[in-house]
Amino acid sequence: MTDSKYFTTTKKGEIFELKAELNSDKKEKKKEAVKKVIASMTVGKDVSALFPDVVNCMQTDNLELKKLVYLYLMNYAKSQPDMAIMAVNTFVKDCEDPNPLIRALAVRTMGCIRVDKITEYLCEPLRKCLKDEDPYVRKTAAVCVAKLHDINAQLVEDQGFLDTLKDLISDSNPMVVANAVAALSEIAESHPNSNLLDLNPQSINKLLTALNECTEWGQIFILDCLANYAPRDDRESQSICERVTPRLSHANSAVVLSAVKVLMKFMEMLPKDLDYYGTLLKKLAPPLVTLLSAEPELQYVALRNINLIVQKRPEILKHEMKVFFVKYNDPIYVKLEKLDIMIRLASQANIAQVLAELKEYATEVDVDFVRKAVRAIGRCAIKVEQSAERCVSTLLDLIQTKVNYVVQEAIVVIKDIFRKYPNKYESVIATLCENLDSLDEPEARAAMIWIVGEYAERIDNADELLESFLEGFHDESTQVQLQLLTAIVKLFLKKPTETQELVQQVLSLATQDSDNPDLRDRGYIYWRLLSTDPVAAKEVVLAEKPLISEETDLIEPTLLEELICHIGTLASVYHKPPSAFVEGSRGVMHKRLPARTGSGESTESPDVGTIAGGSGTETAPSIIPSQGDLLGDLLNLDLAPPTTTGPPPPTSGMQMGGMDLLGGGLDSLMGDESEPLGGDIGGSAAMGAGFGAVPAVMPASLNAPMGGGLGDLFDLGGGVGMPLGAYIPPKTVWLPAMKAKGLEISGTFARRAGVIQMELTLTNKAMSVMTDFAIQFNRNSFGLAPAGPLQVLSPLSPNQTIEVSLPLSTVGPVMKMEPLNNLQVAVKNNIDVFYFSCQYPISMLFVEDGKMERQVFLATWKDIPNENESQFQIKDCHLNSDAASNKLQASNIFTIAKRTVEGQDMLYMSIKLSNGIWVLAELRVQTGNPNYTISVKCRAPEVSQCVFQCCEAVLKN
Amino acid sequence: MIGGLFIYNHKGEVLISRVYRDDIGRHAVDAFRVNVIHARQQVRSPVTNIARTSFFHVKRSNIWLAAVTKQNVNAAMVFEFLYKMCDVMAAYFGKISEENIKNNFVLIYELLDEILDFGYPQNSETGALKTFITQQGIKGQHQTKEEQSQITSQVTGQIGWRREGIKYRRNELFLDVLESVNLLMSPQGQVLSAHVSGRVVMKSYLSGMPECKFGMNDKIVIDKAGKGGVTDDVAKSTTGKQSIAIDDCTFNQCVRLSKFDSERSISFIPPDGEYELMRYRTTKDIILPFRVIPLVREVGRTKLEVKVVIKSNFKPSLLAQKIEVRIPTPLNTSGVQVICMKGKAKYKASENAIVWKIKRMAGMKESQISAEIELLPTNDKKKWARPPISMNFEVPFAPSGLKVRYLKVFESKLNYSDHDVIKWVRYIGRSGIYETRC
Repeated sequence: MTDSKYFTTTKKGEIFELKAELNSDKKEKKKEAVKKVIASMTVGKDVSALFPDVVNCMQTDNLELKKLVYLYLMNYAKSQPDMAIMAVNTFVKDCEDPNPLIRALAVRTMGCIRVDKITEYLCEPLRKCLKDEDPYVRKTAAVCVAKLHDINAQLVEDQGFLDTLKDLISDSNPMVVANAVAALSEIAESHPNSNLLDLNPQSINKLLTALNECTEWGQIFILDCLANYAPRDDRESQSICERVTPRLSHANSAVVLSAVKVLMKFMEMLPKDLDYYGTLLKKLAPPLVTLLSAEPELQYVALRNINLIVQKRPEILKHEMKVFFVKYNDPIYVKLEKLDIMIRLASQANIAQVLAELKEYATEVDVDFVRKAVRAIGRCAIKVEQSAERCVSTLLDLIQTKVNYVVQEAIVVIKDIFRKYPNKYESVIATLCENLDSLDEPEARAAMIWIVGEYAERIDNADELLESFLEGFHDESTQVQLQLLTAIVKLFLKKPTETQELVQQVLSLATQDSDNPDLRDRGYIYWRLLSTDPVAAKEVVLAEKPLISEETDLIEPTLLEELICHIGTLASVYHKPPSAFVEGSRGVMHKRLPARTGSGESTESPDVGTIAGGSGTETAPSIIPSQGDLLGDLLNLDLAPPTTTGPPPPTSGMQMGGMDLLGGGLDSLMGDESEPLGGDIGGSAAMGAGFGAVPAVMPASLNAPMGGGLGDLFDLGGGVGMPLGAYIPPKTVWLPAMKAKGLEISGTFARRAGVIQMELTLTNKAMSVMTDFAIQFNRNSFGLAPAGPLQVLSPLSPNQTIEVSLPLSTVGPVMKMEPLNNLQVAVKNNIDVFYFSCQYPISMLFVEDGKMERQVFLATWKDIPNENESQFQIKDCHLNSDAASNKLQASNIFTIAKRTVEGQDMLYMSIKLSNGIWVLAELRVQTGNPNYTISVKCRAPEVSQCVFQCCEAVLKN
Repeated sequence: MIGGLFIYNHKGEVLISRVYRDDIGRHAVDAFRVNVIHARQQVRSPVTNIARTSFFHVKRSNIWLAAVTKQNVNAAMVFEFLYKMCDVMAAYFGKISEENIKNNFVLIYELLDEILDFGYPQNSETGALKTFITQQGIKGQHQTKEEQSQITSQVTGQIGWRREGIKYRRNELFLDVLESVNLLMSPQGQVLSAHVSGRVVMKSYLSGMPECKFGMNDKIVIDKAGKGGVTDDVAKSTTGKQSIAIDDCTFNQCVRLSKFDSERSISFIPPDGEYELMRYRTTKDIILPFRVIPLVREVGRTKLEVKVVIKSNFKPSLLAQKIEVRIPTPLNTSGVQVICMKGKAKYKASENAIVWKIKRMAGMKESQISAEIELLPTNDKKKWARPPISMNFEVPFAPSGLKVRYLKVFESKLNYSDHDVIKWVRYIGRSGIYETRC
């Protein structure tokens, strides 16, 4: 074979020569010529001029020649649509050929020719081929439907091809099924709302059967399609999982990863106490590890996915640290990913091994890798407290190597270690100071300056050190300048006598000679602070710093959930949702993990929803008036002074103990800080003995429709009844007129029909008309952002007041605020821009579907570690438990169960925040005692305080 | 799905370009060349996103294969497909080189048309493909109707990897247990990580559609059998000890996975000829055939003394072969003197290593090399990274301890039984990444 000669024809006039050859009578010569044409096409030459001549060669019984001509056609038909028509007849004829290979070839090629006129002719042959007796033709035709849909979607629908395609899912040949599934999945993606795939238990069963029989590629198509199915309950999801797990032993990594995707997704629905759940977790680890022995490119894909899996379910791979150790010959992309996973898996149990490895890596060649290894050592120190000391000494060793980038990276991470463990490792500062001169990267310089400023009182020559940085102040990057400014101010506050000159110098450098507004602003603020009130300055500048988190680079939970649904795909490699890199409508649909549902509940116990549904219409009216009253109350309250939302006085241990004793002491006897609810249901032997009847009663009371079905009626009421009753705090003045050139803003937040609204009262106390209002929020803890512009239609004349309500969304950028519910707002009008901050009641974020299933509640309560539980007291509240429950329910704080133990009512409540965080609470109400105790448990304990404040505010109003 | 597939030579010239989807334009070919092949630095990722187009690439010798897409494709599948594509090409024309690709470009286009339809991978088993895509022009013109339908049913069938009507005069099969043992050891002799990745490769020359069952000393199977059987203790004392714990295994697509999952039995209808039946991984009770004991001493700034002892750790009656120890040397090495007790040692300046080769070595033996390395003085502040000492060898046993217990062949239609099949079993243990840090 010497086909390579075709690549070398570069003569002039070759097109002309080729034309002659193509029209030659000799078959061999023709074929040679076509090969030359294809070779030219490959290297990018334009040979479209030969179109008629090449198409003339199409009518041949030489299959090889025919395929070459087809290849040419696919490339150039679009540029010569009129000529392409010439080929139609041959295609149509070939579709009738007795040889199935030729029939398939014709229909396959025809689908690739994107010329409208040709597609018209394609319909009839395609319809026949979809019903062809030969499976090879059918499987080709199935894909052809997807091709046609890509060219003309309407045509496919009109011609009824979609139905035929759906029928192919029941085909007897597994490969036909697989291709039909692939085609349907692709078409369904561009019709997100159509029920095209129509996955139901029957069709799922067919797919699972085909899964065992088709090719490796077919298995991937089917698994990827299965992953989109939402099982009805945990049983169905378990049975699918059972039939998918054998795929984990497939030699093809893509089959394995797609199976992992299905399992990770459906596992979400399984109750955690199920034996099978544990089995499944165990089964997932070995195949994931095996993926790491694949070729490096696949290892990379696998590692990117493992990174997600480890974040979602750390328990799967927690014992497999060793397999992520870096091999000397791993490509750099594999090394970096492994390192990332090592940090995530680091724990007290394996930290010694990990550190030894990291130290080894820090001496490697690749700069990025070494930097990351050094950074990883710092992360370990912050993550595993016991190892901090060893990490610090390792870092010091590395600093001694004097390798420039190692030193810089080490200093950056040591800064973080200082933040995490203040006053513990300051002895190393001297060593750090020795390396001051070698720092040339802004991040390292800024870190070093921060350290000097922070510990200025311990460093004798801190002023000299900082002064040395000051010389080239204007050449530094902003990061360093800002840090230097702050550090010198800190130094001044600590050693005011010697450093006055220095601080003067830096303030004038920052404010007078700099063009950077951030730097100037900060400079002015410090200046003013220092000149007006040095004591206040000290409090501000040397304030206690917020803690730094243990985990870094964690993917935000909702994104993580979405990415888990995309395991194996590009999205999981990029760690970005498909919408971030796919154009057009495809793949923009956001996927979510299924919610946990218990089949046991829906089938065994009477369905609470249906009971309520039956009596709903009759009882509802009696509730709405009561809510109306509530609303009236709230309106009256508007005139009352604003309620204080500050933190309640800390409850002492003594008080709590007293409370418990009064409350029958059941919980304190059971071991108070353990989960009272879970313990009850579990019915542990010891407790059963001690309290006889109690555990037996509990499950019954949990299952019975509680509160006379009242709570459930609220569910039915949906968006109509409920929002009326939700607690709305009275308006407070956020921006006094004095500070905003005459504009006064007061406001509050409300949740109405599931929409969060910011209700503003704008008053013009100035002498001139105000126009052009606009509003913007700073990033905040829950991503609140205006959902539309601020609707102030007419100009606001002097002394006029208007009420505006601004709908808010929760999809804005997120940044943790202190306090959590703080919102920084900027309002602009024709005069100026004004800034103020306000605190919203966190109950605005409680969503309507925050009612947790009881079993899920129990499991979740148990699942949340005890240290996340916080207890608060609500004083002087004179409601009985039912009234309290109703009131709370109106603000989307749902009572799930109630039980009464020795005169003490326990309400178990769940709340879901707009960002998906669940908060569980237990409220204890003792008849006759105006003081309630509330225990709040949440995976994000930061919100507990806010939640408590809300409950208090709701109950008291 | 895959939008297009390109093959480039090392210079970035296009050898093969096949576009499957309309969203991939001609410029995509150039984008990859400019941004990846011609990029100066090392490849930082096998997946590159250039202007919202994703490129997946693998390299075989100096040939680049790149798959292109604009959609959220299954990334693992794309790489698996690229590897498969390489396998198919290799099965047709041997080594993947510029020369071979140019010589077979028509064939490659034909293959690409068959195994990738609208970007969806189709049956890519070479056994099936070779029945209708051949190097000597296409069969098909002269086929009978039966032959044609046989081809299509094989390509789409449940047993796509084997055709009907295979006949051998002598039914024979060869089983190779090929293991590569991987080790990472600390300078102090502590095992940091060790695992065996093994493959069972089978060459079968069997008539008809034989049903095979493969058994090995898998701990789970043996324990299960032990529990069920009457001779409980006997079974344990004889076989229980020799069973091995397999961490994980993957199988060729011919193996019935659901059967393995439920009964842990490995049953299949084998492809004809050579193929890989299974891969497995073990980490427990591995026999490490060699131990490397390094000693590196820096004498001043211009001299290094290296002493390396290797110990063989297996039955004295067995012989290890092709032993090679690679001792890395610093970049500023100016001269090396080596003394070794056995074999030959040489300093290879181009590889920055001393390579010590020993042809054969029996079990429970020990050998030593010592070297003096002269260094040029440098003012480079960066320390030498001290790459690990690596080792290569081949031993005639399976370091995991895996044993083949049986391979039964049943063919109900034809007249031969399990006893008539001639079976050969061979164990080869090779070094994978076998490194000792120094």
